[in-house]
Amino acid sequence: MTAASAVPARRDLSVYIHVPFCAVRCGYCDFNTYTATELGGGGSQREYPQVAMAEMDLVLADDRAAGYEYDAVSTVFFGGGTPTLLPADDLVAMLAHLRSLIPLAPGAEVTTEANPDSVTRASLARLADGGITRVSFGMQSAVPSVLATLDRTHDPERVPQAVAWAREAGLDVSLDLIYGTPGETLADVETSVRAALACEPDHLSAYSLIIEGNTAMARHLRRGEIAEPDPDDMADKYELVDDLLAAEGMSWYEVSNWARTPAHRCRHNLAYWRGGDWWGIGPGAHRHRDGLRAGNVKHPSRYATMVRAGELPRAQSEHLTEVERALERIMLELRIVDGLPADAVAPEARAMIDVHVRRGHLDPDAAAAGRLVLTREGRLLADAVIRDLTV
Amino acid sequence: MTPRIADADAAIIAPAATPVERIRNFCIIAHIDHGKSTLADRMLQLTGVVDERAMRAQYLDRMDIERERGITVKSQAVRMPWGVTDESGRTEAYALNMIDTPGHVDFTYEVSRSLAACEGAILLVDAAQGIEAQTLANLYLAMENDLTIIPVLNKIDLPGADPDKYAAEIGSLVGVDPDDVLRVSGKTGVGVPELLDHVVRTIPAPTGDPDAPCRAMIFDSVYDTYRGVVTYVRVIDGRLSPRERIAMMSTLAQHDLLEIGVISPEPIPTQGLGIGEVGYLITGVKDVRQSKVGDTVTTARTGATEALSGYSDPKPMVFSGLFPIDGSDYPALRDALDKLKLNDAALNYEPETSTALGFGFRVGFLGLLHLEIIRERLEREFDLDLISTAPSVVYDLTMEDGTEIEVLNPSDFPEGKVREIREPVTRATILVPSEYIGTVMELCQSKRGNLRGMDYLSEDRVELRYTLPLAEIVFDFFDQLKSRTKGYASLDYDVEGQQAADLVKVDMLLQGEAVDAFSAIVHRDKAYNYGVEMAGKLKNLIPRQQFEVPIQAAIGSRIIARENIRAMRKDVLSKCYGGDISRKRKLLEKQKEGKKRMKNIGSVEVPQEAFIAALSSDDSAAKDGKKK
Repeated sequence: MTAASAVPARRDLSVYIHVPFCAVRCGYCDFNTYTATELGGGGSQREYPQVAMAEMDLVLADDRAAGYEYDAVSTVFFGGGTPTLLPADDLVAMLAHLRSLIPLAPGAEVTTEANPDSVTRASLARLADGGITRVSFGMQSAVPSVLATLDRTHDPERVPQAVAWAREAGLDVSLDLIYGTPGETLADVETSVRAALACEPDHLSAYSLIIEGNTAMARHLRRGEIAEPDPDDMADKYELVDDLLAAEGMSWYEVSNWARTPAHRCRHNLAYWRGGDWWGIGPGAHRHRDGLRAGNVKHPSRYATMVRAGELPRAQSEHLTEVERALERIMLELRIVDGLPADAVAPEARAMIDVHVRRGHLDPDAAAAGRLVLTREGRLLADAVIRDLTV
Repeated sequence: MTPRIADADAAIIAPAATPVERIRNFCIIAHIDHGKSTLADRMLQLTGVVDERAMRAQYLDRMDIERERGITVKSQAVRMPWGVTDESGRTEAYALNMIDTPGHVDFTYEVSRSLAACEGAILLVDAAQGIEAQTLANLYLAMENDLTIIPVLNKIDLPGADPDKYAAEIGSLVGVDPDDVLRVSGKTGVGVPELLDHVVRTIPAPTGDPDAPCRAMIFDSVYDTYRGVVTYVRVIDGRLSPRERIAMMSTLAQHDLLEIGVISPEPIPTQGLGIGEVGYLITGVKDVRQSKVGDTVTTARTGATEALSGYSDPKPMVFSGLFPIDGSDYPALRDALDKLKLNDAALNYEPETSTALGFGFRVGFLGLLHLEIIRERLEREFDLDLISTAPSVVYDLTMEDGTEIEVLNPSDFPEGKVREIREPVTRATILVPSEYIGTVMELCQSKRGNLRGMDYLSEDRVELRYTLPLAEIVFDFFDQLKSRTKGYASLDYDVEGQQAADLVKVDMLLQGEAVDAFSAIVHRDKAYNYGVEMAGKLKNLIPRQQFEVPIQAAIGSRIIARENIRAMRKDVLSKCYGGDISRKRKLLEKQKEGKKRMKNIGSVEVPQEAFIAALSSDDSAAKDGKKK
């Protein structure tokens, strides 16, 4: 819709590259991932990097046709699935192809997600050599029974080892934890957080387990084999995680994310939350360009077929209205430690700002200064606060 | 017996020209399910009024709801020719008018007017079940009206039938030898011709003064979309002729008689109606209120000066607030009520505003079934989703300063000092197998009942007579009666006057704010139980909020029960959605839609479902409603 001539060149681009393969599917996972190595129609693991690179070419052409030109890529994120299920050379090749299209900005953040048991000392070194700067390990828990409930296959002992290899290769390290797994105790959470801290990560994400409808875990829940997550218990665990991390000098910068220093915050995710532009490469990946949101087809075979036919593998897209943009801004920025300027809230909803300050959900000093920043209580009720502040 | 009549004989019973001695007017008194409609169908077939092919099961019940529930709300009158052969072998033709009576407790007045249009009644009882309380009440009513009663056992073809037992029972009630109780099967037709013969032989012909000014009693009026109001009358004195100008004696309103005729079973215009005849009038009026049941129709010129006795205005006894679940349906609800009102003189309503439920109507009903029927028609025929508040009765209050106040709605209960509160009381009749006497008496005791008397109808069936507050009956008495007697008890009640009682208003407060829809007027001894129960129910139904919410039950400023809804601690999606922001936004938009459907009580958001569940007497809804 936007006239090409009216659009100035944009400097920063983030790129998400989805790798839709896993060795096993975890019971809680509803992400777009597949365990078969051979999917029909050219959707196989072996051929995947070539297809993804071909999509990059298509997206670049699409941007140019719409008048968008990016100077540099500031962040790249390989997510999954399990990106490290592919040979390190494949990830490096995809990164190299991207750089051939748009150069990486100096100091660019290039992350890959990894399973602790899908990396070796050599593969991590190869990734670092190839331009990856940061690795995010799916640690989830340090308690064997919890890992078993989550269908995670790695040995908890494997995590410090993998972290050490990553450090040796010069990579920044982030760890992912999941709390609230059925059967997990507060003591289990503490064990996991302490184990994570012992690895001295630069960054840590802790997500509460959400049992999505189309997962194996949801079926266990329906059959009564596991208990429904209790929100009070979730709140207790969140507070425990936050206390333990804060005591070790890691501070929150988004509801579910903590960093050792502001420099260690995940700039790729911040781009999502601050309304940056990004490509979403791979099946089911999502992109954003100046109010255009688009998602790719989910199945790797269909994806490969479309890309090979020279067609953007798009499943759906939408142009955000002003109202939607305003809504998204509140929805995303309010979750960040920097908060949201009070004037981003529509006048008719501003009366609720004081209400939430009074209820202890918004920081009073920040609010007085015109910024809306969640307190810890507020972080736990972020969705409720967001509903009240949007119209 | 020769059921069908030759043409020559038929002329004798032509409408408007039938001699009174050839007319028989009767009704059928029966309980729901005892087979009245099936028997009526058989009579229509036997008399040739409806042929086999046109026979629709239960021809007389017009509305879907009635057919589904197997009950008849609106009566009609059908004229049937019937020939009776005497000993000498001569067959004479008679015109039988079968007047259908409503079968339920709420329509006692309509029943009384239908009975007043008849000289006789068939008392129809299921040979497998025996008489029920409402049938007994209507039987007494018929006997008070000096009707000739023909006791009949129906469904004798059923395997579970015990005709000997129930013949003894109803024989003793009516005062006839059990051998004289007729036995029929409406389903197979066995015994029905004999019954019709019996009607002719035992029910007296109508009497009246043919030379007196016309007086005809309205026993029913029905709104028809095409014809306007169709009024059913029984001529007592004089006659009515086509194109005559008529007057309604209660209102003195005058109308032109556009059409007059008989139903057989479709309307057939006639040259008028003479003494004893039963038929219909059409005047072009659009509202049944202009044609009131029990009123007297006379001619505008040289009309009667004295109305027939027995007329009274229908008086609503039970009130409930009806609110559309979607507030924008309010105009549709108003239009729907306006339409139903055209056909229901007993229905009345006024706009009501509830802080909890928004705009709706306070609707008055004759009783609980009337309420249920109207509500169901609104939902079914007009496609409305409604919340109804707990039914309440009319209270008369005398304040300390002597002023009198009528309270139709608990939320209108005054703040000031009350000297006396009077509530409507009923004369209730309960028929129950004797093994349940104890449990029923216990129930009545707990509902503030006073035993007036008790009689054995037969060895194992008992009639209990109680004075019971109407408020207790509309609360949950009937459900409890049924469940405590495995469904065997039957109940009939009639409002008779008032009694002073120690009643208080219990308010339910959410975060200190009264929720008008949950206020109730209850006996002081029960206020505590009501408060505790309601607070517990609400606690389970209202989702946790961002802050703690106290739920209190209060009498005036005194708190009698309290529960707390703990503050919600976690309401955040803590999950990595990657770049799929649209999904997250759509989730938020969906949540916001849900929030819009909430009703705000102060700052507490209450889902509609919570109101519905809390106002329904079904406890299972409260148990399942909670979602943490």
